[in-house]
Amino acid sequence: MELICPAGTPAGFEAAVEAGADAIYCGFRDETNARNFPGLNFSREEMRRSIAIAHQRGVKVLVAINTFARAGALALWQASIDDAVDAGADALILADLATLDYAARRHPEQRLHVSVQAGAANPDSIRFYAESFGARRVVLPRVLSVPEIAAIIRESACETEVFVFGGLCVMEEGRCSLSSYATGKSPNMQGVCSPASHVTYEERDGEIVSTLGGFTINRFGKGEPAGYPTLCKGRFSTPKGSGYIFEEPVSLDAAIMLPALRAAGVTALKIEGRQRGRAYIAQVVRSFRRTIAALDAGKPAPAAGLATMTEGQASTVGAYRKTWR
Amino acid sequence: MQLTLGPVLYHWSPERWRDFHYRIADEAPVDTVVVGEAVCSKRAPFKQDYLPGVVERLQAAGKQVVHASLILVSLPRERRQTSELMSAEDIMVEVNDLTCLAFPRDRPHAIGPFVNVYNEATAGFLARRGATRICLPPELPLAAVTAIATALPETAIEVFAFGRVPLAISARCYHARAHKLTKDNCRFVCEQDPDGMPVRTLDGAGFLSVNGVQTLSHGCAGLLRDVPLLRRAGVASLRLSPQDCDMVAVAQLFRDVLGERIAPEEAERRLGEIYPGVPLANGFLHGAPGHARVGA
Repeated sequence: MELICPAGTPAGFEAAVEAGADAIYCGFRDETNARNFPGLNFSREEMRRSIAIAHQRGVKVLVAINTFARAGALALWQASIDDAVDAGADALILADLATLDYAARRHPEQRLHVSVQAGAANPDSIRFYAESFGARRVVLPRVLSVPEIAAIIRESACETEVFVFGGLCVMEEGRCSLSSYATGKSPNMQGVCSPASHVTYEERDGEIVSTLGGFTINRFGKGEPAGYPTLCKGRFSTPKGSGYIFEEPVSLDAAIMLPALRAAGVTALKIEGRQRGRAYIAQVVRSFRRTIAALDAGKPAPAAGLATMTEGQASTVGAYRKTWR
Repeated sequence: MQLTLGPVLYHWSPERWRDFHYRIADEAPVDTVVVGEAVCSKRAPFKQDYLPGVVERLQAAGKQVVHASLILVSLPRERRQTSELMSAEDIMVEVNDLTCLAFPRDRPHAIGPFVNVYNEATAGFLARRGATRICLPPELPLAAVTAIATALPETAIEVFAFGRVPLAISARCYHARAHKLTKDNCRFVCEQDPDGMPVRTLDGAGFLSVNGVQTLSHGCAGLLRDVPLLRRAGVASLRLSPQDCDMVAVAQLFRDVLGERIAPEEAERRLGEIYPGVPLANGFLHGAPGHARVGA
């Protein structure tokens, strides 16, 4: 199984190469990629240089151009596709039918991957992407159990890539506008979710209150660590009681699922976190590298020891186990 | 401009669902009605027995009937339902997931608001494959609506104009979770909330609404005052999404605004009486947060 690592900066990129990534995914510094945070991502020159460094070390580079192109501004997305191909990208990660169609026609030799943002969650949908655009790989949304993934692989000619560590989307990616409703900034259009520019923390009656777009997302009592107000991991009130009604503030850590994912026939394992620093990338990549090596050697996998890298020091295997639902 | 009644997204009892459509057929001034189960495949069997009667009554009343596909397709049962829908003769399907397009169909079809059509190139791609109607995603701003409608004059472009806005879909059932049940053994508790389960902030502010595996807005899209803008943009139809209120009266209000028989401001006031206690919002259309009410 390939290990696919995130890079939000050239420094993070080098850390991922050093730590043993098989491939690195990254994007340009604009709205064409779904992690469009301030101070992150790559200029054209940085992309070209980073890809050259990676290729010298035998590491592949997957360029994410995975937002949905703005109407009337397709040229920006098309230019990103042309530039990524020109810079030597090993694959493009795309979500919008417009970008897939353009890339397939303009660069027929270029390897295309279907982004998780495309929400391809079954063999029929994957077949549609493979037949329409020659897509070679699909990144599966974090809503599928391992048996479901195994069934998809049995029926698909496409390679599959799954998330194994980092942020946990509990909604089907690419079809969630919760953030857009609260803040006006959209994952699909602007490449942001629960953006920091719309977050506040304030003290009220001895509690820390976090808000997003003016909506209270959580309240933390004395001594309780005040986590980031990611919208779907907030505490809310319903007629059936208050609490984390969508999901607790946890991260995905599927290290213990690796044997099952391998048996299912997954091609690549993806680590989330292009917005994270070098230390995170180095530690998480090394840990998963060790686990995969142990698996390859038929030995028991060592404990990941990544608790400090997770949100609220809590992790879950999410939808990989059916009981999550 | 035409009016489309979207599919009932909530789990209403089968009889209520049937009677609702009968009344729409007899009384509501809408041109098109979307029927079927889009949200949860477990709910689909409840409607099955009443569907032929509903379709017949709607068609006899001169409405165009469109059959909604599921939004999220992952289980074998859901793939089968999708395949059967796409291979059925003589029906117009509204595609809510690209899974449908894996089953080629030489007949025209519609694209629902759950397919990501954000630009004219994507709309054009779908139109070349047989889409004759496209309901755009609710979060699209007016500039995008205009660009798409202008580029595709032959395709009927529709905008989500009334109803709680569908914001997310998951494999996890939040209704079951709130009742401490699993999705597989959900006891259909979503039936208890015919207008969605309110999700308030810890301060008590209305925020979201849970409908099984779907999350909707607390606020209700209300684009009555935006009708002139939408007309200029080349929008062909407005979608009214059924809520637990008098939808015939809602449709009549929209029809009267389209016919310039009533001022939009007055229509909005009356809309507030028909569907009380839920704030109206039009932020998405104006590039603002979706919950915002712009221009009021």
